[in-house]
Amino acid sequence: MSASITRATAGRVLRQLRHDRRTLAMLVVVPCVLLTLLAWIFDGTPVFDEIGAPLLGIFPFVVMFLVTSVATLRERTSGTLERLLTMPIGKLDLLLGYALAFGLVATVQALIASGLAVGLLGLDVAGPLWLLLLVAVCDAVLGMALGLFVSAFAATEFQAVQFMPAFVLPQFLLCGLLVPRDQLDDVLRWISNLLPLSYAVDLMHDLTTYEEVDPSSWVDLSVVVLAILLALGLGAATLRRRTP
Amino acid sequence: MNIAPALSVRNLTVVRGGRTVVDDVSFDVARGSVTGLLGPSGSGKTTLMRSIVGVQVVAGGTVEVLGRPAGSPPLRRAVGYVTQAPSVYSDLTVRENLRYFAAVLGAPAGDVDRVLDDVGLTDHADSLCSRLSGGEEARVSLAAALLNQPEVLVLDEPTVGLDPVLRRDLWDMFARLAAGGVTLLVSSHVMDEASRCERLILMRAGRLLADDPPQTLLEQTGSADVEQAFLRLVDEARSAQAPDARTQGGSA
Repeated sequence: MSASITRATAGRVLRQLRHDRRTLAMLVVVPCVLLTLLAWIFDGTPVFDEIGAPLLGIFPFVVMFLVTSVATLRERTSGTLERLLTMPIGKLDLLLGYALAFGLVATVQALIASGLAVGLLGLDVAGPLWLLLLVAVCDAVLGMALGLFVSAFAATEFQAVQFMPAFVLPQFLLCGLLVPRDQLDDVLRWISNLLPLSYAVDLMHDLTTYEEVDPSSWVDLSVVVLAILLALGLGAATLRRRTP
Repeated sequence: MNIAPALSVRNLTVVRGGRTVVDDVSFDVARGSVTGLLGPSGSGKTTLMRSIVGVQVVAGGTVEVLGRPAGSPPLRRAVGYVTQAPSVYSDLTVRENLRYFAAVLGAPAGDVDRVLDDVGLTDHADSLCSRLSGGEEARVSLAAALLNQPEVLVLDEPTVGLDPVLRRDLWDMFARLAAGGVTLLVSSHVMDEASRCERLILMRAGRLLADDPPQTLLEQTGSADVEQAFLRLVDEARSAQAPDARTQGGSA
């Protein structure tokens, strides 16, 4: 582990993004457009207040999953990963470098998207805003860590993109956004309990409902953080210096 | 000072996808030399080089670099590796690429400018790698391997697609590096580059055909050039094999 190599890696990932202006713009604009569309569709109903905050967590999760799985796959197929692994870089340096860079991008994305949702679109959030931001960033890092892990199983960009519906959509369906989790069939609720996004959405839901931070929220947040660490650990395990 | 040979390969066997791609290969390479690794595409050159830099899972045998097992942590600063396809970030500029690799290696300040000059890319330092020609991109990849002045350089076809003047300049640089004590293992499928090497290792179908200085190789096979020597050695090896062996050896 080396702080300077981790920092250099984060800087490199951000520089790659900086050269790709369109991706950067889309990272910020797409969630904003979707939130606006949603607020418009449910204009005059309480629905936007109910699902707006959970979606603020889900957008960065999905986007970072996609961006990271493609970025890591590119790193594998372009040979740069193999080159790096012949150099004195630790696997954690690489993973944390990615986490830092995408965490920073996710923070900017979450700041702008929640600023728009709360400021202009009138989203009602009862709990503290900083916690909303923190959860959005954690969701982004979770998406990133999962993307990093599953990209190891993708041999092509086509496969990597397909992992999005395969890994992300089931979590989306079962996270409690469409049907509250306590109304799910037992088996589905059990599965839902195993999926990290469920906890992130529970947290966001509590934030919109209660002014005080419920103790259960800290449990939810801990589960999300543990899931991040687990996914990063699994991601590190897929980075092999020696390959067949 | 460590006096082990720069490279020591003993009975190396590598199996990929159920096929033996490196078959019981042994050789040593002395320090401060340029060794050419020649053979057709699919002969196992890249797999052998991957084993030397320690990124290949091997089925048997040992590989030591500077007296240490290939791929061990102290070697990660001492061995430079250029893969056959340029392994650089195409969405970064030349300088951004080199700065990043320099930071990972802990290379001294000014090293980026030095290697840019070595490969003649100073003028392109601020171009995006995706805008470079194939040959230029290959030189960025080579420049990255020269960072931090490694003691051993493993170069997989570094001169493919370069114009003859550049190729000559690079080979001059390889000779200079070797004179300064650096050990180079350079693969090529262009046999005419063989004359620039002090020693040649000829490979075919995962086996060593020859391991000699170019002059010895030509004398032993009674050939005028390395291409002819290679063909003679292949013919000799073939006639020693069973007649049906040819149909089994596919391309890779």
